[in-house]
Amino acid sequence: MVEQTQEYKPSIQPSEEGRVLPSGEREFFFDVSTSDLEVNMGPQHPATHGVMRVLLRTDGELVTGAQPHLGYLHRGAEKIGENVEWLQYLPYTDRYDYLAAMNNNLGYSLAVEALMPGLEIPRRATLIRTICAELNRIASHLIAFGTYGLDIGAFTPFFYAFREREWIQALFEKICGARLTYSYIRIGGVFNEAPPGWLKEVEHFCDVFEEKWKEYYDLLALNHIFVMRTKDIGVITPEMAYDFGLTGPMLRGSGIDFDLRRDMPYMDYTEIWEAGAYQIPLGSGEKGTLGDCWDRFDVRVKEMIESIKIVRYCLGVIEPGPVLGDVPKVIKVPPGEAYVGIENPRGELGHYSHSDGGKVAVRCRVRGPSFVNLAVLEDLMPGTLLADSVAIIGSTDIVVGETDR
Amino acid sequence: MTPPLALTALPQEQVATTPNPGGNALLDLVNKIGPPEWIPDWIVALHAVGAGVGILIGIVSLIAMYSVWMERKVSGHMQCRLGPMYAGGWHGWAQTIADGVKLLMKEDMIPTGADRVLFIIAPGIVLASIFGALVAFPISYDFYFARMDLGIFMILALGSTTTIGVIMAGWASNSKWSLYGAMREAAQVIAYEIPLGLALMAPLITLGTFSLLDASALQSDWFGMKWAIFTNPANLPAFVIFWIAALAETKRAPFDLPEAESELVAGFLTEYSGIRWSFFFMEEYAAMFLMSVIAAMFWFGGFESPATWALRSAGVEGGIFFGAVCFVTLVIKAFAGVFLMMWLRWTLPRVRIDQVMTMGYKYLTPLALLCVLIAAVSEAVKSLLF
Repeated sequence: MVEQTQEYKPSIQPSEEGRVLPSGEREFFFDVSTSDLEVNMGPQHPATHGVMRVLLRTDGELVTGAQPHLGYLHRGAEKIGENVEWLQYLPYTDRYDYLAAMNNNLGYSLAVEALMPGLEIPRRATLIRTICAELNRIASHLIAFGTYGLDIGAFTPFFYAFREREWIQALFEKICGARLTYSYIRIGGVFNEAPPGWLKEVEHFCDVFEEKWKEYYDLLALNHIFVMRTKDIGVITPEMAYDFGLTGPMLRGSGIDFDLRRDMPYMDYTEIWEAGAYQIPLGSGEKGTLGDCWDRFDVRVKEMIESIKIVRYCLGVIEPGPVLGDVPKVIKVPPGEAYVGIENPRGELGHYSHSDGGKVAVRCRVRGPSFVNLAVLEDLMPGTLLADSVAIIGSTDIVVGETDR
Repeated sequence: MTPPLALTALPQEQVATTPNPGGNALLDLVNKIGPPEWIPDWIVALHAVGAGVGILIGIVSLIAMYSVWMERKVSGHMQCRLGPMYAGGWHGWAQTIADGVKLLMKEDMIPTGADRVLFIIAPGIVLASIFGALVAFPISYDFYFARMDLGIFMILALGSTTTIGVIMAGWASNSKWSLYGAMREAAQVIAYEIPLGLALMAPLITLGTFSLLDASALQSDWFGMKWAIFTNPANLPAFVIFWIAALAETKRAPFDLPEAESELVAGFLTEYSGIRWSFFFMEEYAAMFLMSVIAAMFWFGGFESPATWALRSAGVEGGIFFGAVCFVTLVIKAFAGVFLMMWLRWTLPRVRIDQVMTMGYKYLTPLALLCVLIAAVSEAVKSLLF
């Protein structure tokens, strides 16, 4: 009934060295060999967060091998970058990590701006960029929080997370008209001025969210069943995290204090860090082993509140002014190469842009954090139970649009 | 024809020893009216039983349907949503009917390579066993489908037969996920049958009867509040154990491993669609209701409440009005249990299979045994003291 990977022939035959029992019967030797069961988890599986496929090899409930397969959402995004103008490529960046489109816009814009030394970015634009990027980080982490609850089997936190995310999306809709693919942060600044009263609304959101955040933390992160399901599962040691080149919450969950916002600063993050506005949450092995699924989840949830602090700082120092630098309608980028990595919600999102002085990039390379972080699955999953493998996939918080690009 | 149990007159010893011939309220009713001589007895009996089955299926389907509606509303309101709002007008009361019609009209699909015979009969077995178990569920003191001395015994026996249907469904589907679901169901049900039965022993010892009707009648003192849960210290922990085991038996979260949608797609339900799928669904809600009825009957006074006590002291006993009050009391208690199950489902994450096994065998079973011991000892002490 179930397909076997190897040919399976149970045989019941008298063994060679079988004893003759006192009753006169010959002792039987049962040669029942069973092979592992191969199961396709995905591409249409609720736990793979999109269209990823994991080929699982299982022995009953025990996972003995796992291999992620990619490519179901491949759209050739990098190649498109070599065929469209600099500014035209911006909407494509929305579509790889579609949960953090603001951050993608930001990374791309910074990489292009690095090639344009004459371009001045107004301070107000930088601060609005920071606010939008951090709000988008919260929205993205809310999805991570909610869907991780779904993976573990708790439905309700997902809807709570969506309620708050809906609010952020409404804020974004007011500022740029889009709810998911913003294309708001662009080369030279941001697309337009925030509507009147928008900054006040952001502040109101911050006040409410801080209250709600505590509830969510108690409801899911400290739930006993949740802790039992996620502690000591999928442990990434600090050495492993270095070896696999993990970034973002995956790395910090293992206790390594590395955040691009502070350690390779871009925009005005140095100023915010020096003002002491935010900390960088690290995994500490509070509930189990250092670097387990709970630690990674905890880092994500705590990062939300740190983002709120950054937003508050920016709201405090923002002043009226222009929001877009002096950018021509058709951008021509001076020849050169630049790589800018920014702290995406999922880790280091690197944009490499190579220009020969024309209207179109020569090469537009993206280092997607989901793609790099995914590699660790193959090492984490063997030896866990089937339910744990779902918890591990969830804790990597991948976005398939980004792994495939 | 047996007269209904005289409620207040019988002391406990007498109840336990009263010979109970068993019976069907409808058949009794028909016999009382007196059918014409020329109709053979067996035809009369057959019709009475048939009518009973019809009423039973009607009531249970209605309850299952409104449990589904209730679940959607409860989950909706817990998740800052409204749930169904349009079908039928008032708060989407007809949503489940609309869904049922849709499921009936869907294409009847059997996957290639499935074991057709098993695939077809599995939902039937599941539904038949749960309806069979509900035969022991009395509507009121005077109206019951079968009067059984060992009612609770039969409920437990038939209720766990659903597992066979689930395993059959999982095997016949020709899907690896279904097979996982079926295996999990088998492991889980075996592990939790034991604490379920043992926990039920505590109120059974307290009340001294296996019959649902007698159990209810014995809790009628103290203004209708002499519920078993108040009369023995072991009954409260026994109820908690029973409830956890009942969640596992009915495959409800946090023990919904057989159909764990984030792990096993839909478990044993993966390949089912249309009306067959709705049979499994109906079984789940009927089983929830059944477990809640057991809890209400043996822990929370069954038909007894201050309302029934007031009616009885006013001299209204027997008759349709009193029966209706009894039925409503029981259904309210049972739906409180169903609500508790829903509340737990929409709050808690799912446990893992090894944690399920550990909890069942290592903690619940010994604790349930302890409850039985405490219940027995305290009953003995009570009979010595009073």
